[in-house]
Amino acid sequence: MALQASRVKVGDVYQEEVCNNLSRTQIVQYAGASGDYNPLHTDEIFATQVAGYPSVFAHGMLSMGMTGKMLTNYVGDGRLTAYSVRFTAQVFPGATLTAKATVTEIREVDGDMIADMAVSTTDEEGVEVIRGKASARLDP
Amino acid sequence: MAVKNFPIEAGHIMMFARSIGDTNQIYYDAEHAASTDQGAIIAPPTFVQSSAQFEPDYFLRPKIGEAWFGSGKTPTGITKKEGGSGGGGGLHAEQHYVYHLPIQLGDQLTATTKPGKSWNKEGRRGGKLMFSESVTEYRNQKGELVVTATGVGVRTEHPATSE
Repeated sequence: MALQASRVKVGDVYQEEVCNNLSRTQIVQYAGASGDYNPLHTDEIFATQVAGYPSVFAHGMLSMGMTGKMLTNYVGDGRLTAYSVRFTAQVFPGATLTAKATVTEIREVDGDMIADMAVSTTDEEGVEVIRGKASARLDP
Repeated sequence: MAVKNFPIEAGHIMMFARSIGDTNQIYYDAEHAASTDQGAIIAPPTFVQSSAQFEPDYFLRPKIGEAWFGSGKTPTGITKKEGGSGGGGGLHAEQHYVYHLPIQLGDQLTATTKPGKSWNKEGRRGGKLMFSESVTEYRNQKGELVVTATGVGVRTEHPATSE
């Protein structure tokens, strides 16, 4: 299932929709699993009346986790060697996100073939919410 | 932050995978996972973030018997101090992971965190932005480094929105 070096080339693109109409409940699920119970993410009253945001919004790490699902679906399980993101816009309930990986380089490191990828996740209006990069070990 | 014991548990991986909407059976089904080249249930790439559950003093978890800053009878359970952050203790600006070894079901991790760089920047809307980095090393029960996680947090003078 893992990506094979013989089948990947620079410029290859893989993308998938990683959430559709993001629910407040999914944000609650992420809070419960990750242990980050910051009320900014799950408590509409606190988020709007105390913190001054238009609504609760997703943990950056939820967007990174959903984007990571795209990466593991593409490169295979246990293949990532690095994964970095910058959170470039907040993700509010109702968002539909598409995560995309673009192969930027294929290189050999100590006998292993490594693919470097640019990572970008955008919402339904085309606003980029995550910009990052990842590297994965390829199968021969 | 220091975590003395972060046990990698099946139910925790299942709940985490559900929360990110990941249906990959390697996170749910031990029999399936045993048939893959990983040989066992493994942790998703961002799972180590949930070591917060095992950090005794993690500030974004309500503590039993203590006031919580989220809403209750009133919009916040604590008296709001003047100044400080826009709310909620700052925001997450960047996250970086380097993966050294796989994390599998049954592993017992420890984590140690040290501060990294810090810097300020003038924001477009939120006033002054104060960035700070923290570097966490996760090790397994054999003492081997499995993941290096670098987080960058940002504190703002006012609520920061993308609008």
